[in-house]
Amino acid sequence: MKILVCICHVPDTTAKIKFNGSELDKAGVQFVIGPYDDYALARAVELKEKLGGSVTVLNVGEADTEPTIRKALAIGADDAVRVNAHPKDSLFVAKQIATHAKEVGYDLILMGREASDYNGGQVHGMVAELLGLPCIVPCMTLEIEGSVAKMGREIEGGKEYVECNLPLVAGCQEPIAEWKIPNMRGIMTARTKPLKVVEPTADQAAVETVSYELPPARSNCKMIDADDLDQLVKLLKEEAKVI
Amino acid sequence: MSVLVYVEADGGLIKKSSLEAVAYAAQVANMIGGSVVALATDKADNLADLGGYGANKVLQVSEPRLESRPVAAIATAIAQAAEKEGVSCIVMSRSSLVDAAAPRVGIKWNATVASNVTALPTQEGGFSVQRGVYTGKAFAKVVLNGERKILTIAKNILPANHNGGSAAIEPFSVDFGANDFAIKVLEVKKQEGDILLPEADRVVSAGRGLKGPENWGMIEDLAKTLGAATACSKPVSDLDWRPHHEHVGQTGIKVSPTLYIAVGISGAIQHLAGVSSSKTIVVINKDPEAPFFKSADYGIIGDAFEVVPKLKAALEKVV
Ligand SMILES: Cc1cc2nc3c(=O)[nH]c(=O)nc-3n(C[C@H](O)[C@H](O)[C@H](O)COP(=O)(O)OP(=O)(O)OC[C@H]3O[C@@H](n4cnc5c(N)ncnc54)[C@H](O)[C@@H]3O)c2cc1C
Repeated sequence: MKILVCICHVPDTTAKIKFNGSELDKAGVQFVIGPYDDYALARAVELKEKLGGSVTVLNVGEADTEPTIRKALAIGADDAVRVNAHPKDSLFVAKQIATHAKEVGYDLILMGREASDYNGGQVHGMVAELLGLPCIVPCMTLEIEGSVAKMGREIEGGKEYVECNLPLVAGCQEPIAEWKIPNMRGIMTARTKPLKVVEPTADQAAVETVSYELPPARSNCKMIDADDLDQLVKLLKEEAKVI
Repeated sequence: MSVLVYVEADGGLIKKSSLEAVAYAAQVANMIGGSVVALATDKADNLADLGGYGANKVLQVSEPRLESRPVAAIATAIAQAAEKEGVSCIVMSRSSLVDAAAPRVGIKWNATVASNVTALPTQEGGFSVQRGVYTGKAFAKVVLNGERKILTIAKNILPANHNGGSAAIEPFSVDFGANDFAIKVLEVKKQEGDILLPEADRVVSAGRGLKGPENWGMIEDLAKTLGAATACSKPVSDLDWRPHHEHVGQTGIKVSPTLYIAVGISGAIQHLAGVSSSKTIVVINKDPEAPFFKSADYGIIGDAFEVVPKLKAALEKVV
């Protein structure tokens, strides 16, 4: 089983987001593996342990993402590829992944259902379409039986269970696997695992971010006496106009 | 240039979010000049009504194999309709199907995709839209290059009002590819009768403060009074007190109802990530220091077990 896990390098979920003009202010922000990608990686490592094979991680990013890639190696990936480019937009990233995947050939291409920075949720579908493969998103359970994958995904108000032949692409989310924290041995061996840097195929971004804005702060919360709920109902009706 | 809008139905009726998408598409068509073509692949009784929301005509695909809603096949249908109608923009309201299909349509139809769009586009810098980023912590203004654009829009960003008109329905046949049905659906487990959370206009949500699954009756009662869906925080679904598909937040479902009532939820940043775009937020928590009060419009400091039944009684007098 040859598995590719695509990871992004994003601010920690608790980070306070600020901008310098049209750039994220990175001061004091800790970067991590995309939280959904982390689930994809954890499942890939579990599948490798069960079925044999290898796990390669791929990140489209500049040199500053290498500590994040090493963390993925410490969690259990065997080797890594960094496509040396700023991840401009979903299509640009998807094209880099598809180019690499076409060259190598994988049974499974896993990633998170979306990145927690741009929240595009597009890359899995684009990679699948570029490679002519099926894609499941959000993939919440994944079992492999021979050359068939059995998966569960969330749909509105319920769940759907599906199967399809490998190879395939999946955009993962919890509870697909238990999150893995690197142990000391993993951290030591990660230092010596191969991390190949390749140059991107030239492509312009189709979507350009020109500026950022923070959401307007909610007007101060109006406190209502717990013994006067008629007052709340009146406000919901007359002021907020939501009932 | 015209706009194609993809509409979804549930239980034989067009979804409210799809009606919003038609109204949105009408505004985009107004901006770029052109008409609105709606495409439906689900069975629906009220397709002609789409005219009253702004559609000039409706294409209907009748294909039994689409009943299981195969993403790749529906993406093929959308791309072929866009090609045949010669539109320059596709609008779809976000859903589990649309989120999965949009990127495939983007590649098939060679278009630029902006997902999670939160406002109408403008012609600033060409064609620009606002979209939610950093899991609800910010908005980005993005310019879409290229002639063809796809927008997946968030819910509740524009009201859908019916003006009494109707649209003609035309059958539309699709040339499906061999791989469009590669994924076989084995089983669908759907909750019957409940208001679907991602679609809900009002949501009553509860957290670990409720102590156990046996206490959810009062949350369901309050939701019923309001015609709301129920939701929960992540630990609640991790503990199996409630099903996973009710969990809202960064790693769960993102909702943007007009009214979100949070009971016994602390308001951690990851929870807020899924609910902060709600129009009005009411927080009930016994801890006056609970962080959720900072993001709420109305707050009640009190014990949920006392406040919730009283709130239900107060609401019953007016709704
Ligand atoms: C990567 C990551 C992703 C995450 N994703 C999500 C997510 O998607 N969604 C999510 O919800 N969380 C998520 N979390 C977890 C999140 O950080 C919080 O732990 C979680 O939201 C807390 O849930 P809670 O408020 O129900 O429970 P608690 O933090 O235990 O808070 C319970 C609250 O109930 C109040 N309370 C107790 N008893 C009563 C009573 N009788 N009446 C009234 N109030 C009472 C307490 O004062 C407290 O404020 C994520 C965490 C991480 C690290």
